[in-house]
Amino acid sequence: MHPTKFILIGAATMFAGTAQAQTELTWWHGMGGQLGETVNTLATMFNESQSEYVLTPTYKGGYEDTLTSTIAAFRAGEQPNIVQVFDAGAATIIGADGAVIPAEDLIINAGIDFDSNDYISGVRYFYADSEGKMVGMPFNSSTPILYYNTEALEKAGVEPPKTWEEFQAIAPAIVEAGYTPLAQSHSPWIWTENFHSRHNLPFATNNNGFDGSDGTEILVNNDAIKAHFTAAKEWMDKGWYGYYGAGWGDNQTPFENGEVAMWLGSSGSFGGLRNSVEFDFSATYLPYWEAVTTEPTQTFIGGAALFALSGHDEAENTGTAEFFKFLSSPEVQLMWHKETGYVPITTAAYELATEEGYYEETPQAEVGIKQLLLPSGENSKGYRMGFYVQIRDVMNREYGKIFAGETDVDSAFSVIEEEGNKLLNRFAQTN
Amino acid sequence: MAKSQFTNPWFPYLLLAPQMLIIGVFFLWPAAEAIWSSFFLQDPFFGKSTYVGINNYVDAVTGSDYRRTAWFTTIFTVLVAFLSLFLGLMLAVSADRVLRGRSAYKTLLMWVYAIAPPVAGLIGIMLFDQHIGPLVEFAALFGWNMRVGVDYWDTGIAMIVVATWKQIPYCFIFFLSGLQSIPSSVKEAASIDCRSETRRFWTITFPLLAPTTFFLLILNITYAMFETFGTIDLMVKGEPGNNPVTLVYKVYQDGFRGLDVGGSAAQSVILMLLVLVLTVVQFRLIERRVHYS
Repeated sequence: MHPTKFILIGAATMFAGTAQAQTELTWWHGMGGQLGETVNTLATMFNESQSEYVLTPTYKGGYEDTLTSTIAAFRAGEQPNIVQVFDAGAATIIGADGAVIPAEDLIINAGIDFDSNDYISGVRYFYADSEGKMVGMPFNSSTPILYYNTEALEKAGVEPPKTWEEFQAIAPAIVEAGYTPLAQSHSPWIWTENFHSRHNLPFATNNNGFDGSDGTEILVNNDAIKAHFTAAKEWMDKGWYGYYGAGWGDNQTPFENGEVAMWLGSSGSFGGLRNSVEFDFSATYLPYWEAVTTEPTQTFIGGAALFALSGHDEAENTGTAEFFKFLSSPEVQLMWHKETGYVPITTAAYELATEEGYYEETPQAEVGIKQLLLPSGENSKGYRMGFYVQIRDVMNREYGKIFAGETDVDSAFSVIEEEGNKLLNRFAQTN
Repeated sequence: MAKSQFTNPWFPYLLLAPQMLIIGVFFLWPAAEAIWSSFFLQDPFFGKSTYVGINNYVDAVTGSDYRRTAWFTTIFTVLVAFLSLFLGLMLAVSADRVLRGRSAYKTLLMWVYAIAPPVAGLIGIMLFDQHIGPLVEFAALFGWNMRVGVDYWDTGIAMIVVATWKQIPYCFIFFLSGLQSIPSSVKEAASIDCRSETRRFWTITFPLLAPTTFFLLILNITYAMFETFGTIDLMVKGEPGNNPVTLVYKVYQDGFRGLDVGGSAAQSVILMLLVLVLTVVQFRLIERRVHYS
């Protein structure tokens, strides 16, 4: 062996020796591709910012797979320190008493200052308990907004709609200009959950489910949403709305191809759209029905949050708390916001982005966060329901049937209500 | 077979042990576990269970979509099993007749078998993509506005096509070797007795292929019911919406995506019983008509 090589290996072993003294933290997440790269960058930044902890992120597949592997690991006593759990899985992990150390407790126990008011209001409550204590640390937070092809709207000579009534008024002109006016990527999230939030309508009993799973019933079978889907079906029949199935991408593609003039997607889609689209586009708030409310409220976040799992020693928990603190710092949030398009979760980060003039160059990036900062209502902070993945599946199925003309709106919503309640009742019995 | 072949009476059991161990660990134990969990509702994190009797079964069967899923599974299984059997047989007969370039044909026809189910699913998605799929454009030539992912049966048909396509080579390989094992003396004798090739095929060749056909039928049914999982998962992109899925996919969906352990276990027990009945029927009723050599 070459002597220098020998020395190098010796040195490497020495460093490895010091690395052993550091506390190791594991983080399982569901972010693939470009987003996964950004997650790795975050971990590297954290590891370089201090010397006590080494954080290793691991990609575990999609959100569902990540949660399933975490549960398997938890039952085997091999759980990671941090896991990323998506909105529909929130009730499962928060409902499992003792599986998670609430983020707020974790941070305070580590002796770090914590004030939940630092977080943006639309972000703060979704992963909190009924008293407002933050259980999950919001991570990749997004909210549904309306993107529009500027050129298409100019060609039609119309302004982007604020309300669905306005949409109905401008749709014929957009058709005239040669576009399908509207597409939408996630009916349960955008046209159901956030529909209730935007109109400040209750979505479930027991304070939208936040007060516990016992006796929680879904309130989805109401006139406002039925009127909305009745209208949407009419729009589809008139060629004002294109339904391309339940998949996210299938509905986004026609907008990217310039066939559809307006698309309801996630504020987090901005980063991707900016790279994939050749035309000028902008964004605005999720439209509401003036017939339902004249005082529309905010939407809430989708995406996912980070949860600190129990069963680790004090040193590791302190490390996790340090990482949460690092993650909430304005500089890190700003980098995350710019790289991915997800909204910054703290007011300080939002202010930093504003000061930097980021929104002057890219006003689209601000729409999501402004929408989350709109006035809140009693029913606008989100929902907490168990077996919600299945409830969303039922919604997707029934909406598909409505648009395929296989069922009418009334029967679809009574099926969603009935099956939803059956699932909620089953979930209540698991705890 | 005489028992005296083994000097030690325990020796045969010892030889069987590894196989029994595998069956025990990978089949009997999980099956027992599934039956046990099907009577409980379980919290996924801690495994705390609440006994609910047969509620999981009642909830599974009365679910508004269960009957439609079961119906689709039946149609899907029958079509995939018989179509791949039929097409595999036709191709094998044709390839058997080819004189020149025989091995090239054979290799090309077997090729698809090497494709993993998820890859087949991916290819299926591309072929049937509602925006750019060539097969969708082909269907449009006949005025068929095929909307895979939106229309229930359009997606169903796409799944049947992809699943069948993937299974044809398997049937082809078995039929071809079956055809080649038919003694040429029999074929020659038949051609003296009968001029009609079709008739010769159905009266001589096909009955001689019966054991192969029976074997493939069972395997095709198993394939269509269970192994098409990867293809279906890819084709519905994890978001089934109003698209058809098979019963086994629903077990996965509720158990692994939805974390409803009890409900999913009940469904898998139902499926287990179904397969049990099907196997008994196949061996009792159909095998009687099969003549082995």
